[in-house]
Amino acid sequence: MSDLQSSAPAAGKADRAGKASEDAPTTATAAANAPSAPASGGRTFLPRSTLLRHLLLVALGAVAAVVLLEITDPFTNSQLATLSYYAIAAGGLTVLTGMNGQISLGHGALMAVGAYTTALFLSADEPLPLPLILLASMVVATAVGALVGVAAARLHGPYLAGATLALAVGLPGLAIYFNEWLGGDQGLRVRAPRAPEWFESFISTVSGNPATNTKWLAYVGAICLLLTYFLLANLVRSRIGRTWRAVRDQDVAAELAGINLGAWRVLAFVVSAAAAGLAGGVLALVVRLAAPSGFTLVLSLSLLTAIVIGGLGSLLGALLGSALLVFLPPFVTDLGAGWGLDNTEAAQLAPFVYGVVLILAMIFAPAGVVGTLRMRWLSSRAKRSAASSSRG
Amino acid sequence: MRYFINVTLSGLTEGMIYAAFALALVLIWRSTRIVNFAQGSMAAATTFIALALIQAGQSYWVALIVALISGFVLGAVVERVVIRPVEGGPELNAVIVALGLFVAIQAAIAIIFGSSFQSFPTPFGLEGFQVGDSRIALTPTSLYVIGAVLVVMALLVALFRFTRVGLAMRASAFGQEVARLLGVKVGRMLTLGWALAAVVGSLAGLLIAGGEFVYPAYMDSLIVFGFVAAILGGLDSPVGAIVGGLILGLALSYVSGYIERGSALVNVAALVILMVVLLVRPGGIFASSTARRA
Repeated sequence: MSDLQSSAPAAGKADRAGKASEDAPTTATAAANAPSAPASGGRTFLPRSTLLRHLLLVALGAVAAVVLLEITDPFTNSQLATLSYYAIAAGGLTVLTGMNGQISLGHGALMAVGAYTTALFLSADEPLPLPLILLASMVVATAVGALVGVAAARLHGPYLAGATLALAVGLPGLAIYFNEWLGGDQGLRVRAPRAPEWFESFISTVSGNPATNTKWLAYVGAICLLLTYFLLANLVRSRIGRTWRAVRDQDVAAELAGINLGAWRVLAFVVSAAAAGLAGGVLALVVRLAAPSGFTLVLSLSLLTAIVIGGLGSLLGALLGSALLVFLPPFVTDLGAGWGLDNTEAAQLAPFVYGVVLILAMIFAPAGVVGTLRMRWLSSRAKRSAASSSRG
Repeated sequence: MRYFINVTLSGLTEGMIYAAFALALVLIWRSTRIVNFAQGSMAAATTFIALALIQAGQSYWVALIVALISGFVLGAVVERVVIRPVEGGPELNAVIVALGLFVAIQAAIAIIFGSSFQSFPTPFGLEGFQVGDSRIALTPTSLYVIGAVLVVMALLVALFRFTRVGLAMRASAFGQEVARLLGVKVGRMLTLGWALAAVVGSLAGLLIAGGEFVYPAYMDSLIVFGFVAAILGGLDSPVGAIVGGLILGLALSYVSGYIERGSALVNVAALVILMVVLLVRPGGIFASSTARRA
C-alpha cells in the first residue's frame, strides 16, 4: 500500500524507510530481532523454557535488589527508588517503540495520569491498600492510553511524534484548569503509606538496618519493577510480541497474513500506557508530590533517551538507560560545578548531555548499547561457526 | 460584539506567528521529509542572541538582523552536521535526532544565557489603537507582526517562483534523483532549505517574544502550535500552513477568551484540534497528496 501512494521518489524513500519494506529490517531495530541468546542454542546454564528462565532471572533480580538496597546508604536507596520508576516507564516505552515501531513523546503525560490517580486515592481518609491503588493508577492510565492509542494507531513517524508531543505539552494544563480538584500549579501532596510490620521484621532479619519509610518505598519500587519486567519479557517472547515485530517490520505482509494492524498497535500502546501509569504511581510515592512541573516535556524526552541509549526493544537496555538517567545528572552537575558553573547552569548540563548523546547514538550506534554488543557477539559467533564448518 | 472583535484581532495576530512557524516546518518537510522538532529551540537560541545584543546597547533592528543571520547559519550547520547522516534513513532515527537537538540546544541556552525569565523589548507600542471612543486589541506591535510575516512570505514566494535557486530548490524537493541528473546540487539546496526555514522560524520566535518574557523553554508550546497548524494545512502545502496557522490562532483565542480560566486550556485545545484533524481528515484541510497511512 505504501508503495502506491508515493509519487515523488524522495517522498517514497522517506515514507517507506521506517518500515523497511525493501531493505533488511532497520538497523535501529535489527538488534531487537535477534533471538535471545539462550533460546538460540549453544552452551547455556539457563533453562530452555522461557517462563522458567524469566522466573529464574526475576529471582536473581530480587536477590540483587535486596543486596543492593541493604549495602547502600539511604540516599542511594532513594536514587534506586527513582531508578525503579524510570525503568518501569522506559520498559513500557521500549516495548512500544522498539517492538512495535511507534514513538511516543507523551509517556510523561501518562505518568502524570498515574501519579495523580495515586495521589487522589491516597488522600482519602481510609485509603485502599497500596497494591490496589497502584493497580487503579495502571487502569486509569491504560484508559487514557487506549484513547491516545486509537488515534496513534493511524499515525506513524513524525505525525505520531507530533501528536504525542501535543499530549505531553497539553495534558498537564488540565491539572491547572481543575485546580480545586487537582491542586493547580502547586500539585497534590502525597501521603505515602507507612511500612507494614512484616517489612520491619523482614529487614531486621536480613540486615538489621533501620526499616525507614524511604527503604520501604524503594522496595515497593523494586517489586513493581521486577513484576513489570517479568510480565513484559514474557509478553515480548510470546505470540503477541512476535505479532508486534511483524507489524513493525513488514506491515503489508503482516496485514496479508490476517493481522489487524490497528488493533495490534493500539494493544502495544495500551500495554506501555499501563507501565507508564504504574511508573507514575511509584513516582508519586517516592517524590511525595504530583505537580505539573514534575511532568514536563523533558521527562518524556528523558525516557526516550533512556531507551535509545540502552538499545530500542531491549528491556535490559531500558534498565541501563534508566540507570544513566539517575546517576548521570549528579555526576555531570559536579563536573559543571568544577568548571565554575553555578547551580542552575550546572543542572542544565544533564539535559544537554542527553540531547548530544541522543544525536550521537542515532548517528553512530543506532542499536544502542545492548543492541550494538549483541550484534557484535552474534556476528563474531557467526564467523566462528562459519570457520569451524569450513574446516569440518 | 466589541469583545468578539478584540478576541478575533488578537487571534489573527497570534495566528500569523503560528503561520510563520508552521511555514518553517513545511519548508523542511517538503525538502527532507523530516519534521524539525528542534525548530523551537533553534528559534529560542537566536532570540537570546538578539536579547544579548539589545542588552549590550544595540538597537532592536541590528539585533533582529543579526538574529536572522545567525538563524540562517544555525540552520545550515544543523543540516550539514547532524541531519545529513540520518536523511533518507529510518524516519524514527530522524525524529530522535531532531528531539536530541531540541533538548541539547534548549539546555545550551540555559547554560549560556541563564534560565531566568527576561523581558524582551518590542520596537512598537503595546497600546491598542483608538477607534471611536474605545481602544481595540489591534496594537502597533500586532501590525508590525502581521506586516513582518507578510513580507517574509512574499519574499519566499518570490524566491521560489522567480529565481533559478528557487526553481532548483523546488526541483530537489520534488524529485531528488531527476534534479541531480539535471545538474542541481541537491545537497546544497537541502542545506539552503534548512537555513531559510531556520530564518523564518527565528523570525516567528522573535515576534512572539516581543513585549513578553523569554526563558529557554518559551518556545515549547509554539512548536506544538506550529505543528498543529502545519498538520491542519496538510504539512505539504505552504498556503495550507498559513491558513492553518490563522485558523489555529483564532480557535485558541476564542478558547482563552470565552471559557472561564480558558488560558490554562489552550494547550489542551490544541491537542484536541490536532486529534480531531488527524482522525477525521488525516491529509489536512488542504491535502495535496493522498492520505497518509500508517
